[in-house]
Amino acid sequence: MTKAPAPLSAAGRPLHGVMAEYATPADVIAAAKAVRAAGWTKVDAYTPFPIEALNEALDLHHSRVPLVVLCGGLAGGIAGYGMQYWMSAIDYPLNIGGRPFHSWVSFIPPTFETTVLFAGISAVVGMILLNGLPRPHHPVFNAPRFTAASRDRYFLVLTADDPSFDVVRATAALRATKAVNISEVEE
Amino acid sequence: MSAALPRPPVIAPGHTPATVTDKIAATVLDKTPRWWILGFAVSFLILLMFLNAVAYLFVKGVGIWGINIPVGWGFDIINFVWWIGIGHAGTLISAILLLLRQQWRTSINRFAEAMTLFAVACAGMYPILHLGRPQVFYWLLPYPNTMGMWVNFRSPLVWDVFAVSTYATISALFWFMGLIPDLATLRDRATNPAARTIYGLLAMGWRGSAAHWHNYETASLLLAGLCTPLVLSVHTVVSWDFSIGIIPGWHSTIFPPYFVAGAIYAGFAMVILLAVPLRKAFGLEDFITMRHMHNMAKILLVTGLIVFYGYLMEIFMAWYSGNPYEWYMIYNRVTGPYRWHWMALIFCNAVAPQVLWLKKVRNSVAALFVVSLIVSVGMWLERFIIIVTSLHRDFLPSSWGIYHGTRWDWMTYIGTIGLFLTLFFLFIRFLPAISIFEMRTITKADAPEAEPAGGGK
Repeated sequence: MTKAPAPLSAAGRPLHGVMAEYATPADVIAAAKAVRAAGWTKVDAYTPFPIEALNEALDLHHSRVPLVVLCGGLAGGIAGYGMQYWMSAIDYPLNIGGRPFHSWVSFIPPTFETTVLFAGISAVVGMILLNGLPRPHHPVFNAPRFTAASRDRYFLVLTADDPSFDVVRATAALRATKAVNISEVEE
Repeated sequence: MSAALPRPPVIAPGHTPATVTDKIAATVLDKTPRWWILGFAVSFLILLMFLNAVAYLFVKGVGIWGINIPVGWGFDIINFVWWIGIGHAGTLISAILLLLRQQWRTSINRFAEAMTLFAVACAGMYPILHLGRPQVFYWLLPYPNTMGMWVNFRSPLVWDVFAVSTYATISALFWFMGLIPDLATLRDRATNPAARTIYGLLAMGWRGSAAHWHNYETASLLLAGLCTPLVLSVHTVVSWDFSIGIIPGWHSTIFPPYFVAGAIYAGFAMVILLAVPLRKAFGLEDFITMRHMHNMAKILLVTGLIVFYGYLMEIFMAWYSGNPYEWYMIYNRVTGPYRWHWMALIFCNAVAPQVLWLKKVRNSVAALFVVSLIVSVGMWLERFIIIVTSLHRDFLPSSWGIYHGTRWDWMTYIGTIGLFLTLFFLFIRFLPAISIFEMRTITKADAPEAEPAGGGK
């Protein structure tokens, strides 16, 4: 809420946005496309399972998770190999069976494991942090019927941080879709 | 995929996202069933036996076990390999079948992943218990110490530490990540305030935002891609523990693929052993259908044949190598003091599973359960044969010996089954044994025109 005059709900409290509820995935996809086409830029959807078509409708194209995983994997690989090289060839060179101190072939399996370890941790932690989680409280949870988002209902929210946000216009835009229920969501 | 033969569905018809959610959430949120209390109590008693055996081990040392020279690796390593192999099916189902877009994996991946996690926990116990000085288990890791020394990275035993600990960590993360949306579902359904708080904390505020799902799906796919080579590497490294040694019967390049196939074989047998009672007890036949049973039976048959091929090649290579020690090892394995173990192994792993060629057997849940039980025993015998027959007679007859497990060996082994079952009972009581959100994706009944995301996590 950095925009100067925060929009207020009917009850006079700051508003997070206007939420519409849909009964089927097809309805929410169509609605997302419609409001995007009408010029709304700050739109989020909440669904009980991932729906690929929504990514396109909401223009979600580039997840940053792959970049995080790549960096994590590279860091893990370099750290793993570097650790073995430093320990076996520099810090404590030990002649075992006359094999070279820098036995790079032997260092590959642990390097592979550290690469996967770091990349895997990056994938999970990266996904959680990029999603802004953990965040136990979020305004959408204030919506009375929102628990159905983890069952069989699909929600679309026009949020108030849209520069041209207006409660009446947002409600009207959602009413033009196949919404079964429209409500204001307070901060 | 012949159109003439319609296959049973991966989910019984008539289910919607709502019915799937309610049915699976109820297994966690409803009152504790009586069978659960009974099963948990029995498992926990077996776990207590394990603690008893371990306490005595800590007092007396590994001398209470049957191991001695020449057989220095006994039940400890047999059970380590057995458990870690069982875990592999869980990762195969959750990672490889996801990448192959096999939709039928959806309803079995969650509990198979849990199985992986608990099997790795059981496996991880053994190398530490057999150390002799288990209190210094951290010497296995490269850590800065006053002796100024590091571990020997040229040893597969050190690789194994890295492989198994990475596998345990990544399996736990993969499993937890898959649980996040379901924990949110339970948070939204739970009526008990304590349950709501705990599930809420674990769900970390997951709200099913499209932007979040986008990152989530990407992370799942990448993790599956990472797990696929990981799971193959783990049993490969385990097999190197043996094959890099020069003991006859171990020093063989066939070990990695043969171990990996054996791991998947044992793992799928365990998935069937768990799935059969689970679907019955919770009434989940709609979700774990005969299609799943069929597919798992087929995988069992295929991996069983690969393992059998491995046995035959081992014999062939021992002869073809012209190495008298290798050839004697095989001769001794088949005709020596452990011949009955070997014959039982061939029966369990190579002969008995051939009944799976028959459709009638694949259609019978009870028959599949029995075959899986036989395979589990067979895979344990396989590790017994590999380890014991190779060690007990190596090069000089003066160093030969005989190995048998003591009752402490058996108590430790059966005890880890108790640990496994205890963890599994806790899991099915407090967490959904079937992934709820992924099951929603395969109920297309109410949204014919929308295409839900392919595999989900």
